[in-house]
Amino acid sequence: MREVYLDHAATTPVHHEVAALVEEHMLQVYGNPSSLHRFGRRARAAMEEARERVARAIAAEPEEIVFTSGGTESNNLALKGVAIRAGRGHLITTQVEHHAVLHTCEALEKQGFPITYLPVDRYGRVTPEQVAAAITADTVLVSVMMANNEVGTIQPIAAIGAICRERGVLLHTDAVQSFGQLNVDVRSLSVDLLTLSGHKVYGPKGVGALYVRRGVRLAPLMQGGGHERKRRPGTENVPGIVGLGKAAELASRDLPERARHLAAMRDRLTRGIQEKIGDVVLNGHPTERLPNNANLCFRYVEGESVLLALDSKGIGASSGSACTSGALEPSHVLMAMGLPHDLAQGSVRFSVGRQTTAEDIDYVLDVLPPSIGRLRAMSPLYAERVPEAPGACVTEEG
Amino acid sequence: MGESQVYNDKVMEHFFNPRNVGELEEPDGVGRVGNPVCGDIMKMEIKVSDGRIRDIKFMTFGCGAAIATSSIVTELVKGKTIEEAMEVTNHTVAQALGGLPAPKMHCSNLAADALHRAIENYRSRQNRT
Repeated sequence: MREVYLDHAATTPVHHEVAALVEEHMLQVYGNPSSLHRFGRRARAAMEEARERVARAIAAEPEEIVFTSGGTESNNLALKGVAIRAGRGHLITTQVEHHAVLHTCEALEKQGFPITYLPVDRYGRVTPEQVAAAITADTVLVSVMMANNEVGTIQPIAAIGAICRERGVLLHTDAVQSFGQLNVDVRSLSVDLLTLSGHKVYGPKGVGALYVRRGVRLAPLMQGGGHERKRRPGTENVPGIVGLGKAAELASRDLPERARHLAAMRDRLTRGIQEKIGDVVLNGHPTERLPNNANLCFRYVEGESVLLALDSKGIGASSGSACTSGALEPSHVLMAMGLPHDLAQGSVRFSVGRQTTAEDIDYVLDVLPPSIGRLRAMSPLYAERVPEAPGACVTEEG
Repeated sequence: MGESQVYNDKVMEHFFNPRNVGELEEPDGVGRVGNPVCGDIMKMEIKVSDGRIRDIKFMTFGCGAAIATSSIVTELVKGKTIEEAMEVTNHTVAQALGGLPAPKMHCSNLAADALHRAIENYRSRQNRT
């Protein structure tokens, strides 16, 4: 059966150049970077070259890059690292962050740090004015994602960064989804902390980085050796780090071409779906969105049933985020955007990748309409719909 | 391909080939459960004569488990007396499907409730006449 992977926002297949380098460093560059001898020095050199590559990709300095186990750890280190180092203080974030930020904030809240969760508009955006109004004399950190993992909406980080600088508050952004799709430049964004992950940019899983602007002090999450300038103890994951370095280099080198291709494939998909299937709602911002993301609600049907139907045809997509599918709550992002429950339950996220082809998209456009048709034919909400009221929400009547 | 599935083969079979989908011309009882907040809505319609469920149809908005449980409950009770049908529980339905994933046991396992509502509706109509 034909297989089409349209879940690149969940994870990406490793680039062959990355895989080759990872293998080489697993087999041949096995030294511990902390060792004095030649084996260790070789590993350290490889790791430092990777650090330079990551730094260059986001216009940072190599010493501003801390390698971690991935996006979740980087987000934890940024938020807890700043808060715990400060000892007290107020944090500001948004209601649509990834759980790695939201749940970290909730944990800090239990430890006595007050948190403001900014609401978003119907496209999932916060405004710089909202951030400015939420900053108090006690605020130590603002954390706003660069682009949303579920709906792809891009946040005005540079404008938020300017406000934070002016008010003397640190700004963290989770750029896990943006990196490789948008220009991520820590200087023009005016961010102090920025999260990256390897596996979202055709790199290995289990490796990520946190950009920490020079002069920003963090408490480490764990105690151990003095690795990563005492910010992240533990023998470094050299093959993974080397893979992240290569993936970052490729992501920034190929950015314009990749972004164009992603947008072309995504637009072919959304246009095709809207032409062939009625009653489809595009979630997120119409233009200020990641080029690879199409988050759609198929009215009157539930998301998981669509995913099962697609999976049976060899197509991988997701409903909400992979972390929440299996849970019964609709996506916190769609709820924060004010979608009614029945619509939020019907959301499906397609995320295209650098290897997605027009034939892949056309295959989806062939098999999706009959699947939606079949599910709608058994939906009581479809049978009871009021087609004359576009935009109206069909809900349970008592 | 050997990938492990969220649902077992029987659940998937009912999801892809649901039995008794649709609506009845003149149902003797209609039951509806669920709401969009919970994520599933099920509607059951029954035709009853001589105390037996002669026909049954369902319409469901929901996940794979919601559709499969709706489908199998119609199979379980078609031809049964309404007393026998009242004894079918959500648990029986899940068992008949060979089990459901734990998170699906509560929210998406409402088919027996929808059936019981339809029977109650039938009974209240009988009492009125």
